[in-house]
Amino acid sequence: MSKRYLAIWFPYLLTDQMAVKQEELLGTAYALIAQERNKQMIVNVSSEANKQGLRANMPLADARITLPSLQTFKFQPQKEQKLLNAMAEWFIRFTPQVALNPPDGLFLDITGCTAWKSEEQHIEEIKSHFTGKYHIKLGIADTLGAAWAIAHYTKGQIAKPNEQLQHLLNLPAKALRLEEATLQRLAKLGFHSIDSFIHIAPSTLRRRFGEKINLKIGQALGHKPEAFEAITEPNPYEERLHCIEPIQTAKGIEIAIESLLENLCNRLQKDDVGVRNATLSAFRLDGKLQQISIGTNQPSIHIKHLFKLFELKIKQIEPDLGIELFIMGITKVEELPKQQETFWQVQNQTDLGEIAELLDRISIKAGKNAIRRYLPQEHHWPENSIKAVTDLKEQPETEWQTQKPRPTVLLNQPEPIQVSAPIPDYPPMTFTYKNEVHRIAKADGPERIEQEWWLSEGKHRDYYYVEDEKGQRYWLFRSGHYDIKVAAQWFIHGFFA
Amino acid sequence: MQKPLQKIIIERLQREILDLEGFKTKVHYTKTKLGLRTLEDNFPNQTFPTGTIHEFVSEKPEHTACTSAFISGVLTKLNDQNGIYIWIGKQKQLFPVGLKKFGIQPHQIIFINLVKPKDILWATEEALKCKSLSGVISELEDITFAQSQRLQLTVEKSKVTGFILRTQSERIHATACAARWKIKPLASENENNLPGVGFSKWQVDLLKVRNGNTTSCIITYHHGQLAIVETENTYPFTHQAIGS
Repeated sequence: MSKRYLAIWFPYLLTDQMAVKQEELLGTAYALIAQERNKQMIVNVSSEANKQGLRANMPLADARITLPSLQTFKFQPQKEQKLLNAMAEWFIRFTPQVALNPPDGLFLDITGCTAWKSEEQHIEEIKSHFTGKYHIKLGIADTLGAAWAIAHYTKGQIAKPNEQLQHLLNLPAKALRLEEATLQRLAKLGFHSIDSFIHIAPSTLRRRFGEKINLKIGQALGHKPEAFEAITEPNPYEERLHCIEPIQTAKGIEIAIESLLENLCNRLQKDDVGVRNATLSAFRLDGKLQQISIGTNQPSIHIKHLFKLFELKIKQIEPDLGIELFIMGITKVEELPKQQETFWQVQNQTDLGEIAELLDRISIKAGKNAIRRYLPQEHHWPENSIKAVTDLKEQPETEWQTQKPRPTVLLNQPEPIQVSAPIPDYPPMTFTYKNEVHRIAKADGPERIEQEWWLSEGKHRDYYYVEDEKGQRYWLFRSGHYDIKVAAQWFIHGFFA
Repeated sequence: MQKPLQKIIIERLQREILDLEGFKTKVHYTKTKLGLRTLEDNFPNQTFPTGTIHEFVSEKPEHTACTSAFISGVLTKLNDQNGIYIWIGKQKQLFPVGLKKFGIQPHQIIFINLVKPKDILWATEEALKCKSLSGVISELEDITFAQSQRLQLTVEKSKVTGFILRTQSERIHATACAARWKIKPLASENENNLPGVGFSKWQVDLLKVRNGNTTSCIITYHHGQLAIVETENTYPFTHQAIGS
C-alpha cells in the first residue's frame, strides 16, 4: 500500500500567534524584525502586511517607505521552534506519525488513517479548527515532496494516489524544494515551471544542475526515499532531575530514584492510576544513555515498593564519569484498584497487594516466566490438564479432578523404562528405571488416555498406577497398542505419594 | 504419688524454659493442630510448631512425592481454604492436579522456578518476610547452618511457617530448624483386602525436634485425614534433647 502524507504549512505562524494572544493586532499590518549586521530586517510579516506588499527578508527601512504605520516586534527564534513543537503535538490526534518541517511546516503520515475518516474530512476538520486563528495550507499526496508542493503552491488539493506528477506539472520550479543557485540557473535557461524540465533525461539534468535536482524530482514523484522523522509522543508521566554535580555512587542514584518516584507517585495518586511499567534513563557526562526498567503485577503507587524494584537493578547502571540527568518515565499506567486502608494486619490475613509486591521483586530478579500459578484445564492429556496463569486473582472455571489417580510429582518428559509384562494389557511384573529393578506388588489400571486428535496426533497411552515391593508408587504407561512384531514402549511418567 | 508430682514439676519448668527461649505459649497450648496426638506430643507445648522452619529430607523423587503430599496435608490442617502458598523450586515437577487429593487447593499455590541455589535462598527469605502467605515451601539441595539461621530469624518476625525440602541428604548437619523430618513411602493400606493400590502410607521419622523428642511413626492418608497407624517411640523420654 502506498504511503499518504499530509503537508501542513502555516504561512504566518508567528504573526498569527501574536494576533491570537493580542486581539487588537487582528487585521493590522505588523512585522517581526531582527538585527542583521547594521540593519534591521523583516523576518515575518502578518497577512495584512503581506497584502500591502511587504515580504520577509526586506530591510525595515524599505518597508517603512511603503507602509509608514507598520508595527514592529522583536523576533524570538526559540519561540518559533516551541510553537511548531506544540502544533506537532496537537496533530498527534490525527496520526501518531507527525514530523517537523521547520521553520513553519509539519508533515503527517496519514497512511491508513483514512479508514475512519476520508482525506477530505481530515482537511475539513483541520481547517475548521484553525479558521479565524491561524492561516493554514494543506496538501495530501503519496510523497512528502508532492504534498509540500501542493500545500505551498496550490489552493489546498488532494493528489489522488499515483497522481502526483499531474499536480506538479504546472507548479513553479521552486515547488521542488531546490537550492537557490539551482533555481537561478533554471530561471536563466527559461525553465519556469516543472513541466518544462521534468521529462529531460536525468543524466542531462545532472550535468547542468548537479545531482540534487534528480534527487528532489525522485523524492517528489516517489522513486527515491525520503526520511520521515516522527516526533516522539510526549509521556504524560515523566519527571526529570538535573544534577548539579555528576553522580557516580549507588547511594546518589538511590536518592535520585527516591525523589523522582515521590514526585511521580503524587501525580499518579491524583489521577487515580498506578505504575505497571517504568523506565529510568540516566544520561552520562560522556553522552551515553543508561536505562533500567521495572514492571509490576498490579498497578502500584507504593513508593517504597517501586524503589525496591529499582534498587535491585541499580547495579546495572555504570555511572563512569558521572550522571548529569535522570529521567523517570512511566511507560504504562493502569487504574488503581479501590482499596480500603487497614490499621494493622492480622497474621495470615491474605493481602494480595503484599503478595503481588513480593512477586514483583522476584520477577525483577528471575524474570516473569519464573512465576506460575496453575488452573485446571479441561483436557485429559496429563500435560495439558493444567494451564499456567500469571494473574493472582484468576479463579478456576472448573473443579480440580480427583476421580482418577494422578501423581504428586510428574516428570517433565516421560522416561523410557524396561518392563516385563506377563500378557498383553496386564500391568508389568517388573520394571527397570535408572538401573534399579522394581518388582510390582500392586497395580491399578489400565487407564487409557487418548491423544486429543484436534490438538496433536500420536499414540494413545495406557496408564498403570503401580506399587513396588518397597511401597514406592509409580505412574507407568505403555505407548500405543500391543504389537506382536514390535516390542511395546513403556515409560515412567510420575511418582505417587 | 511422687512420680506424677515430679513430672508435673518438670513439665512446669520446661514450659518456663520455653517461655524464656521465646516459645510463646498460647492459652490452648495443648490443642492439637494436625489431629495427630501421639506425634504432636513430641513437640514443645505438645503442638505442631508454626511460625518456624521445618526441614524435610528426601533422597529420591519417590520420597519427594510423599514429602510434598505430607506437607500439603499439614498445610490444609493449619490454614483455611483461602491461604496462599509459595513453592520455590529448581524445576517444575510438582503436579498440581495430584496435590488436590491431599486437601490443598492447587490454584492457591504460586510456583516459582529458579535455577541458582543463591536465588532460591534469596526468594525464600523474601517470601518468608511476607505475612500474607500461609506457608512457604522451598526445594533446596543443601543449606548451611548460617543460612538456616537467617531464615529462622526472618520467620520469628513474620510468623510464617517455612518448609525446606532438602534433596541432598548425604550431608546432614546442624541447622537452625525447629524440626527435621524424613518421610518414606510404605506399602499402601488396602481396606478389606481389596485388590489394587490402596491408601497412601508413609514412614514419618522426626530426626530432630528442638525442645522436643525425636520419634518415628507410620501415617496414612485417607478420606482427607492424616492418621497415625501405630507409634513406636524409638527414643526413651530421658534422652530428650533440649536446644538444638
